[in-house]
Amino acid sequence: MYAYTDFDRDFLAERNAQFRAQVARRIDGSLTEDEFKPLRLMNGLYLQLHAYMLRVAIPYGTLNGGQMRQLAMIADRWDKGYGHFTTRQNIQYNWPELRDVPDMLDALGEVGMHAIQTSGNTIRNVTADHFAGAAAEEVADPRPVAELIRQWSTDHPEFQFLPRKFKVAVTGSALDRAVTAAHDIGLRLVEREGEIGAVVLVGGGLGRTPMIGKVLADFVALPDLLPYLEAVVAVYNLLGRRDNKYKARIKITVHENGIEEIRRLVDDEYVTRRAAFNGADMQLFGKISADFAAPDFVDGAGDYAAHYADDAIFRSFVDTNTAPHRHKDYSILTVSLKAHGATPGDATSDQMRVLAELAESYGHDELRISHEQNVILPHLPKRHLRAVFDALSGAGLATANIGLASDIIACPGMDYCALATARSIPVAQEIATRFEELKLEHEVGPLKIKISGCINACGHHHVGHIGILGLDRAGVENYQITLGGDGGPDAIIGERAGPGFAYDEVVDAIERLVRAYLAIREGADETFLETYKRTGPAPFKAALYPASEKAHAA
Amino acid sequence: MPRAFTPKVVTANALLRGDVVYLTRQGHWTRDHAEADLIEDESTAEIRLLEAQALAHEVVGPYLADAIKGADGPEPVHFREAFRTRGPSNYAHGKQEG
Repeated sequence: MYAYTDFDRDFLAERNAQFRAQVARRIDGSLTEDEFKPLRLMNGLYLQLHAYMLRVAIPYGTLNGGQMRQLAMIADRWDKGYGHFTTRQNIQYNWPELRDVPDMLDALGEVGMHAIQTSGNTIRNVTADHFAGAAAEEVADPRPVAELIRQWSTDHPEFQFLPRKFKVAVTGSALDRAVTAAHDIGLRLVEREGEIGAVVLVGGGLGRTPMIGKVLADFVALPDLLPYLEAVVAVYNLLGRRDNKYKARIKITVHENGIEEIRRLVDDEYVTRRAAFNGADMQLFGKISADFAAPDFVDGAGDYAAHYADDAIFRSFVDTNTAPHRHKDYSILTVSLKAHGATPGDATSDQMRVLAELAESYGHDELRISHEQNVILPHLPKRHLRAVFDALSGAGLATANIGLASDIIACPGMDYCALATARSIPVAQEIATRFEELKLEHEVGPLKIKISGCINACGHHHVGHIGILGLDRAGVENYQITLGGDGGPDAIIGERAGPGFAYDEVVDAIERLVRAYLAIREGADETFLETYKRTGPAPFKAALYPASEKAHAA
Repeated sequence: MPRAFTPKVVTANALLRGDVVYLTRQGHWTRDHAEADLIEDESTAEIRLLEAQALAHEVVGPYLADAIKGADGPEPVHFREAFRTRGPSNYAHGKQEG
């Protein structure tokens, strides 16, 4: 993992001292809210429905046990004993008081963490594949690139007032677990003739105008990547619209100008930018890469095979929650933060400490947060899987549902968010509870349900196999369903199925969809998404709207 | 045609704690919706909102929210405002914590 230098520590300490003084001036009346708001947002502090919220970056989703312990300490000392892991690999504290926030930021600084650029019209926390450095099929670890971008973009003087927020995601795998096609810039690391470089996607994004990113460059070699990114953001900074907030994201800039024109402008800009880079970035990249060297893996699976053969519950957990690791005697373990009926993405401070302990004792001191709001032990020796399973079971963290119907992404919705138009969390809780009661989700197999509480789509509903969007229809919560979305390498925006459902109708509607799938799938190997692609929406719409089907037939 | 005025309360978030507050008839902030001043006419509402905005060292973002007269005082109309009187639905946090 990247280790903070003295420069990094001094920078954070100074930045936190500035914010401490800004908070003091707001409290003593020297600053108005209009003056203070942009300052607090630059430091990740929002004001939501019921309280302030502090959004802390977990850059590219990577943290160690000590950092996780500190997140737990902060939750206990200044919040209500839990934290909420988000779809952008951040953690949010929902109940801080204004006076305490500078102390919270100092506590984060002690473990090399911060909340800088988790808000505002800047380059946000860079996200990455949560299996980075561990996945069997990976081409290159995306984290050194992501860390280089973090350092370059943090306080970058040219990019502090972009037309709108700017999100970058990096994957090093063809499986693209980072949803790169739904980001302002998506980087897919590939190998070409022995050299590592990136396919650069631009103009993806969800929200009110969902778009899949377009290929801007099919290969940019690593030494050219930072100047290339700088050229892209510089072109956007000048060309992006500032007259209309809803047309300010780069996806609209690309849409209005065309990808060819954007490419021409970027290529022109790149010549100047490239000349200004003197190689210091690649020196730094070399140092960063060394920090991300793989741990020393230890051979031997111990008595793993016997446990796997003898215990059906353990076997189900392993089959559902682990993925192939680059080392044959290791697994990637995803720990579900989606216990049936629980709030997706929430972890108590006790659970955080259990995860920290397991990472330190068994998992080479590494943890990851996924955009799907789960926690990953990326380097877990198979010989320790049984002990880890037992410890997780004792902490309410052994739910075997990764990738299944109850592994739902949900934004905070109107339970917390000031922008939301309807609630998300209780809908997710009730859907998960329903599938647990039906004991159906293992039979259903892979199914991604994603819920957003407003059109901004933090819950990624457009790329859910089943997407749910909560809206306010004439003062009543109403939920629109989209079908057939996909956040993988061939990303697809889901299609709206028809009229929305009332709050107390939506769980039944989802059950009808899933039962329709089970009735028409061609065998247990055909997933929900494959069935949808084969049949189109008709049988699913018929299941959603049985009455109107009859009316139409009559 | 301008829409007919409906009764309002002045609400905001407290500066220090960030929690939901309402303006009382006496010009103080209360954390209880039922103690809010229910404003029945538009010109009074505008004046009271200006008064609230002048208390910028106490609160953030004051605005007028629809409310109706209830047995124990004003009650919220929209579900968003109803949530603000309680707290989130996934934990007994916020005002409902007691």
